[in-house]
Amino acid sequence: MSALSSRAKRETAPASQFLRLLPANPGLALAALFLAVIAIATVAPALLTTADPIAADPLQAQLPPSWEHWFGTDHLGRDVFARVVHGARYSILIGVSAVALAATAGSLLGLVAGLSRGLVDEVVTRLLDVVSAFPDLLLALVLISFTGPGTTNLIFALGVAFVPRFARVVRAQTFVIARSGYVEQARTFGLSRTVLVLRHVLPHAVAQVPILATIGLGSAIIGAAGLSFLGMGPQPPAPEWGAMLAEARNYLRVAWWIGVWPGLAITLTVIAISVLGRRWQAAFEGRRSE
Amino acid sequence: MDSRNTSVATPVPAFAVSRLFRLRRNGLTAQIAGRIGSGLLVLWAAVTLSFVSVHLAPGDIVSLLIGEQLRTPEVEAAIRAEWGLDEPLPAQYLSYLTRVLHGDFGRSYILQTEVSQLVLSQILPTLKLTAAALFVAIVFALVSAVLSAGRRVPRSIAGALELTLVSTPSFWLGILLLYLFSFTLKLFPVSGDRSFSALVLPALALGLPLGAVIGQVLRQGLERALEEPFALTVRSWGTSEFVLRLRHGLRHAALPAVTLTGWLVGSLLSGAVITESVFGRPGLGRVTVEAVLGHDMPVVLAVAILSALVYVTLSTLVDVLYLWLDPRLRSDSREAVR
Repeated sequence: MSALSSRAKRETAPASQFLRLLPANPGLALAALFLAVIAIATVAPALLTTADPIAADPLQAQLPPSWEHWFGTDHLGRDVFARVVHGARYSILIGVSAVALAATAGSLLGLVAGLSRGLVDEVVTRLLDVVSAFPDLLLALVLISFTGPGTTNLIFALGVAFVPRFARVVRAQTFVIARSGYVEQARTFGLSRTVLVLRHVLPHAVAQVPILATIGLGSAIIGAAGLSFLGMGPQPPAPEWGAMLAEARNYLRVAWWIGVWPGLAITLTVIAISVLGRRWQAAFEGRRSE
Repeated sequence: MDSRNTSVATPVPAFAVSRLFRLRRNGLTAQIAGRIGSGLLVLWAAVTLSFVSVHLAPGDIVSLLIGEQLRTPEVEAAIRAEWGLDEPLPAQYLSYLTRVLHGDFGRSYILQTEVSQLVLSQILPTLKLTAAALFVAIVFALVSAVLSAGRRVPRSIAGALELTLVSTPSFWLGILLLYLFSFTLKLFPVSGDRSFSALVLPALALGLPLGAVIGQVLRQGLERALEEPFALTVRSWGTSEFVLRLRHGLRHAALPAVTLTGWLVGSLLSGAVITESVFGRPGLGRVTVEAVLGHDMPVVLAVAILSALVYVTLSTLVDVLYLWLDPRLRSDSREAVR
């Protein structure tokens, strides 16, 4: 019954209705606003700050937050606000690229495996089993030990590590839906296999991919920052958020502000992404749970 | 064929007997053996993958294994002998398999030590950290889910807390905890692994974000379970809400959460790598980071295979637990679970 009603509502709840929700929900609007600022920082950081994120100024080292330096300055006298703003380009783009890579490859693999039972399914499942036998970040670390650190290598490593979570869910959904009651029912109407797959299996099988990609984007941004924290990503003096925190760790006793802002930027971005993603998922499913 | 239908009609004791009987017929043992077999297959594939990747990696295999170490004829000869590089490939593969099976991961030419000894000497601090973090995560998840499921205000508080924790990178949480409790309040040591108090902050930093993930899934499952007809039935027995949640709801809610826990153990392991470096703790994580940055491939591969072993062992256990928790999966399980 709930499946029926959700399907009925889904058709009337596309992106436009989601956009109309914004003014009525301050939390959602705030999240969207924050992400818009992050998007500006990613695309055109010069609009938000004129300070140089790289140039050192030893005379200005380790100043606490002030009107002149909103977020203070770091041990080399660089403006922390400018570094956080310019860092969005690294942290966000690495996460987005890795998830795009993983979602595309994973959905394809999952669908193929879920529909073609037998040998293909067996091979894909085994392959996924092997890849996911290595924990995400550890797999990325192993790949990086072959390729060496760097932005592109980090994207590739994270992307590969995130493939199984998409592939496995899409495969399991495809599998369950392909043998569920209503597909059975649809089959009794004499629908062809193509129609069954495209109209009744596919939409439900990939229905979870957006929420997975959203959650995945959050954890990809966190994972990318973590690997950069370890020195596997963009190399200094690039203002990547995780790399900034690694430097800040050493100056925590004297300058707390260096260790706060980049982390806050990561956390708020990930929260905003989750809030938007969940609401979008709820609208997609026709549920108004929150 | 259908013992299921007959068992519904028979009285309770007979039902239990027929359930036992069905278990044997569907071969729970055979299914468990199957899981263990596929676990072993995955492990074998993981070892093979590491062998293949060493051989497929660009460049010459000796310089890959030697890493940043100075290349002298003696070291090169030692590597060629250890990996049997002068023998044909299948022989190399077989001897690699045999070595790994015996727990021999070769020699790290950078650290000038046997890899297995290095790993063994560093495993204890990492085990302590992951166990403590898992404890933190499970306690947080259980308390948060049972107390807040289906209740308006607690639910939104717990939800907001979980959302924040899930979105917080564990290394930043670690930095904040360090600043607050070590540098400012001076309650816990800044680094090292000398006392129990040195374990508290790392375990919180690593465990809380994971606990928040489990908590979200557990609450969703619990709420779904509490809306199902069986919950109404149990309520009609006059069972208290608390008992309903703990005894009946959690059993259903645990299913998705248990799978997730298997996966989260993987993240615990990789999270330990980062947490150890935030808190300057000794352990496998630190060894791994140094090995990756120094291109010390023998160490990297050993850690990777070891983590795969841990992961496969635990996820096999989770699969078996799944069968035990949800009898519905037993008949047609192999394909339905994964």
